Amino acid sequence: MKPTQNLNTKSPEEASVTFQVKDCALIAKATGKRARTLKDLRDILETIGPESLFYHFWGSLLRPRFEDQEYHNDFASWSAHSLNDKPVAERLGIVDPLEFDNLDELRVELMDIIDERIDELEMLPTASRDRQFEFISSDIVVFATHRTIKDPHDLKTVIPELSLGSIFYHFIDGRRRSDACIDDFSAWLATFKNKYQDVIKSIAEIDPYFSSLTNFREALTEEFVKMRPSTV
Amino acid sequence: MSHLIDSYASITGPDVIEQLRQLAKPLQGLKVVHVNSTKLGGGVAEILNKMIPLMNDLGIETSWEVVQGNPEFYACTKMMHNAIQGNQVQIPEKLLKVYEKTNAENAEQLRDTLTAADIVFIHDPQPAALLKHIDDRQGKWIWRCHIDASKPYGPVWKYLRKDVQHYDASIFSLAGFAQALPNPIYLIPPSIDPLNDKNIELPEDERRAVYEAFNLDPDRPLVVQVSRFDRFKDPVGVIQSFKSAKRFIPGLQLVLAGGEASDDPEGDIVLEEVRTAAADEPDIHVLLLPGDAHRTINALQSAATIIIQKSLREGFGLTVTEGMWKQKPVIGGDTGGIRLQVINHHTGFLVNSPAGAALRIRYLLKNQDKMFEMGIKAKEFVRENFLITRHIREYLTLMHALVFDSKHRIELK
Repeated sequence: MKPTQNLNTKSPEEASVTFQVKDCALIAKATGKRARTLKDLRDILETIGPESLFYHFWGSLLRPRFEDQEYHNDFASWSAHSLNDKPVAERLGIVDPLEFDNLDELRVELMDIIDERIDELEMLPTASRDRQFEFISSDIVVFATHRTIKDPHDLKTVIPELSLGSIFYHFIDGRRRSDACIDDFSAWLATFKNKYQDVIKSIAEIDPYFSSLTNFREALTEEFVKMRPSTV
Repeated sequence: MSHLIDSYASITGPDVIEQLRQLAKPLQGLKVVHVNSTKLGGGVAEILNKMIPLMNDLGIETSWEVVQGNPEFYACTKMMHNAIQGNQVQIPEKLLKVYEKTNAENAEQLRDTLTAADIVFIHDPQPAALLKHIDDRQGKWIWRCHIDASKPYGPVWKYLRKDVQHYDASIFSLAGFAQALPNPIYLIPPSIDPLNDKNIELPEDERRAVYEAFNLDPDRPLVVQVSRFDRFKDPVGVIQSFKSAKRFIPGLQLVLAGGEASDDPEGDIVLEEVRTAAADEPDIHVLLLPGDAHRTINALQSAATIIIQKSLREGFGLTVTEGMWKQKPVIGGDTGGIRLQVINHHTGFLVNSPAGAALRIRYLLKNQDKMFEMGIKAKEFVRENFLITRHIREYLTLMHALVFDSKHRIELK
């Protein structure tokens, strides 16, 4: 949820909003689409819904897993482990969804990479039946935590205590909800005029994609510990 | 007033319970009915036994009905079960008629309850045909398939599909198990109850009693597989792995514990094969336990140094989850839901042959620190992902989505 108005505001220059901390969970849904070859994958990618693309790029952050993933999206991981095609896995693995303005641009990039690989191959590898790529999408359920933050300087103590679901909701899902593609905390800090521009810039430089939510939370905490109001 | 649900807070943390309350609040006043074919035995009954009181505790009026049938009905549904799991089973027309008639009779019996329900969960194929007999149903109907339906036998799936395609939603345990259906397909893995007899932390004396009861040496390493005697569980492969590893670790012991072969004629044959394969090795203990020996199973899993589940084909593999909850590393067959739980080098190892299992047994026993670390990770992994609280959260989310027609996003207060 976007930051909400706080009736106890003291001054327009000071805290104009209170930040409400939320938590979230994803529930997975099968799309019924399956791929056994790169050609299948490419053809389904062309039409699959954006929720499925989001899930296969970002959903793994909230799925049962351990840190230090070899590949950061499901397409790359499947290419490596089920097709044993490391070259395409590496090319898909380096795609950073944050570099694209929307999921459709990301979709085109994936299709281009796969097309290029299909052109290189004499014969397409085929995954065994129980190693097919299953296109999944998800619904998100958002929980209230009844926790609010009034002062941005409290972030350095609040962030380390947040659940990974909260981190996902405010930093990953937040970008999806925001027209400007920014996370909820940056959006909130921006309401304090220009006071926190430096920290907003620093947060934007932390890439949650090539990390885990735990590492991302640690990196954010470091930024908030260093945070000082900008001298504008 | 203390609530049953609150007793889980010490295990999951209070936030998880608060989330369940938030999800349940808008659903209060709804009538929910679960229907399956047995109240005793099997994973479905085990889950429902706890889920029903917990749902009621959350303020959602939830009941559990069981369809009744004659032996021919159960013969038919067993064939259906096997066919959905991929066996080429021709179900005689006569038995299908019994299936239809039994569902029609049960629909009559349960008509008032099912008509008035806001949400009906139908578990597995046995009661799947109830839906078509309740024309004036008010609520949303969900078909919950607990079986691996990844490669169903075509004619039987086609027969069943005629009924299940009319449900408002369906649930499968894994994406790979799901069949294409015209309704939304939710993916909800099963779960274990950390507070039932199989999973609670047993008193030390009860845990130690199992060594004496089964002639096990507490000072020597013990590998345990808990599974019915079924070829898909590869008990003979486990014995081969054990014998191979024992050449290097002479003190190694193995327990293969399974339930009594009730109505499964193949169970007796496999058990005999297992006994033959184990005959020359006094450190292999083949145990045939009664269906309600939950605390004994708990004690065996707790006594294990390593849990093995070397299945060749597996549904979800809740014995893996149980073993991980006992803080043990698991060596599991690279198949089905075991892949979701056993993460190489983190919670255990996935293997594809008796040799692979033997290698991992040796590796773990030579790397005790690693084994201990994996056990801790395994328990935490289950705590985060495979406890009944997560299962309830997902059921409640699904109910929300259906009742309030939510599209992709549910916001709670």
